[in-house]
Amino acid sequence: MHCHDLSYHLNIPKDAKKIVLAGNPNVGKSVVFNALTGMYVDVSNFPGTTLEIAYGRYGKDVILDTPGVYGISSFNDEEKVARDVILGADVVINVVDAVHLERDLFLTQQIIDTGIPVVVALNMVDEAESQGIRIDVDLLSDLLGVPVIPTVATRKEGLEELQKALKHARPGLVDHELKNKLKKLLDRVGSQGDALLVLEGDEHVATRHGIEPGNMREEIYLRRRQRVNDIVDHVVSETGDKLSFKARLGRWMIYPWTGIPILVLILWVMYEVIGVFIAQTVVGITEETVMQGMYEPFIRDLLVPVLGQDSVISQLLIGEFGLLTMTVTYILGLLLPLVVGFYFALSAMEDSGYLPRLAALVDRVLTSIGLNGRAVIPMILGFGCVTMATITTRLLGTDRERRIAIFLLALAIPCSAQLAVIVSMLSGLGAGYVALYVAVIFTILVIVGTILNKVLPGQSSELMIDLPPLRFPRLENVIKKTVTKSTMFLKEATPLFALGALVIGVLQVTGLLELIQEFFAPITVGWLQLPKEAATAFIMGFVRRDFGAAGLYSLDLSPLQTVVALVTITLFVPCIASAMVIFKERGKTETIAIWTSILVMAFLIGGIMSQVVI
Amino acid sequence: MGILTLDQARKGLTYVVKSIPRGTVQAQAIRFGVYEGEKITVGEIIPFGPIVIYKNRQEIAIGRSLARKIDIEQVEV
Repeated sequence: MHCHDLSYHLNIPKDAKKIVLAGNPNVGKSVVFNALTGMYVDVSNFPGTTLEIAYGRYGKDVILDTPGVYGISSFNDEEKVARDVILGADVVINVVDAVHLERDLFLTQQIIDTGIPVVVALNMVDEAESQGIRIDVDLLSDLLGVPVIPTVATRKEGLEELQKALKHARPGLVDHELKNKLKKLLDRVGSQGDALLVLEGDEHVATRHGIEPGNMREEIYLRRRQRVNDIVDHVVSETGDKLSFKARLGRWMIYPWTGIPILVLILWVMYEVIGVFIAQTVVGITEETVMQGMYEPFIRDLLVPVLGQDSVISQLLIGEFGLLTMTVTYILGLLLPLVVGFYFALSAMEDSGYLPRLAALVDRVLTSIGLNGRAVIPMILGFGCVTMATITTRLLGTDRERRIAIFLLALAIPCSAQLAVIVSMLSGLGAGYVALYVAVIFTILVIVGTILNKVLPGQSSELMIDLPPLRFPRLENVIKKTVTKSTMFLKEATPLFALGALVIGVLQVTGLLELIQEFFAPITVGWLQLPKEAATAFIMGFVRRDFGAAGLYSLDLSPLQTVVALVTITLFVPCIASAMVIFKERGKTETIAIWTSILVMAFLIGGIMSQVVI
Repeated sequence: MGILTLDQARKGLTYVVKSIPRGTVQAQAIRFGVYEGEKITVGEIIPFGPIVIYKNRQEIAIGRSLARKIDIEQVEV
């Protein structure tokens, strides 16, 4: 029995066969997954990672999705998860991109080398055809030793044949020499798959079996690569190579002269949709008309007769910071529409293949702050949720890069909920103030990053990233991701938000809030030149930064005061959830160092800015 | 034809990879089909930024500092 058996983590019946979908990134795996499993899908966090494993029933069996990877081993979390799920599979459906067979078949051959029965779904054959690539499917099947089914998953073509082929799945052909080596190790580790990974020097798998990892990775990889190239030479023939518009657009995206305008255009569209349409029109309806106009009077009318107007409970539930009034209005009326908007935009970007190109475009800039282009991915994801982004910094190559990225995320990247409030406060003020806010935050990010890069010892890793073909994002996928992430936001934010509201409510009822505001007046009024009530926002900010920003929302501020207040709250300490993740990832000392230095910097920079501009 | 490093390559030309740093970089490169003795075509060279190489209809962006450590030799046409 495999000691990392997934049945323990996931809700999978013992007698169900585990059918695992595997493939490179962006090959249409999730489309196949959705088509085979239908509506009822569970998503569950893979232990020790932020990665989610989606799995759904398929008759009496179970289909599991895996993260897209180029090979399985321990280079990053995606690979580790894919490795464990694949090694625990009864059958693997390997989805490959017909246009990039040379790349994709490396993983195919690696899975075949594990000895697990495989069916190959040769996906996107229509795209290959339109690019003049012809593939001899029967010969490919013979050379691999497993069934190969041509599919166009987006149009549901070939999926029925794929399902029929499942029962013909079989272990494929393995290099003779490799097979002998695997046999020798088989007695010691129990499965061919584990034997393979041990030979390839995978430390995790070797440790699991209490043996030394092998040192044959280079040799096995090179042989596998040559075998794959040989197969491709035999089965692929090209009838002319024309450069499609998408390929050209993809090239423009990475070249600065064209890439920067494209980036600006994308950001502008995002601003128009999220900052103008959602933040003003939609939130105008959801927050003012629905929540404040209809919901709040309704709940007050309902509860005032029971609780009275001025009782403590009434204050806590339906007062200024009421659990049933302010909390509900902010979360459902203000944050939810904006968070949905951000996640929709981020998911579309993820799906389109733009992010790796953005990584190539900004590589130069990021190397100057000790990161490489790849770090743009956690940074962009940080605009969704800093907590999640902090965990995804694991994909960065070195500890040094993770340290820099985590600090910058905690300091200067506002998450979607916080950004939601910021956008709705700034968008009314005009483009100049938006530009001022962005310029200040960006400058701080660059300066702090540059200093960290100079101060921290060691060297950062280097960029090598595959640029997948551009695709028009699939609406179904994007909506699915948006719904999952927005639901997670609601689940995570609501209790913390309610707790924060309760704390502030209690402080207000007991009169402590007034005292705290007076106490901090020298900082808020004297140094930041804000009204003393701003102290409340910062107290709220300790719980969640978006909550803090929301606290500023109701204050009467001049445009410049608004920018100063927002810069300060943006730089302000990371929310409780982020701080906990940083603690888990970086340990106590570093967390305290990050947290306190950020607190000091937020007030220092906010104050300096206030003294200069107001 | 002498040996160059990848950052000195010229757009549109085809080269043979002569050496590539060992370790994780090498393993990942092999998965992409890039290893010693293989031919690659150089695509966009982003000023001060990564070099994009084409290999089997894939595009791979390689950071400039890594490109400095990859030796290549031009293929005679």
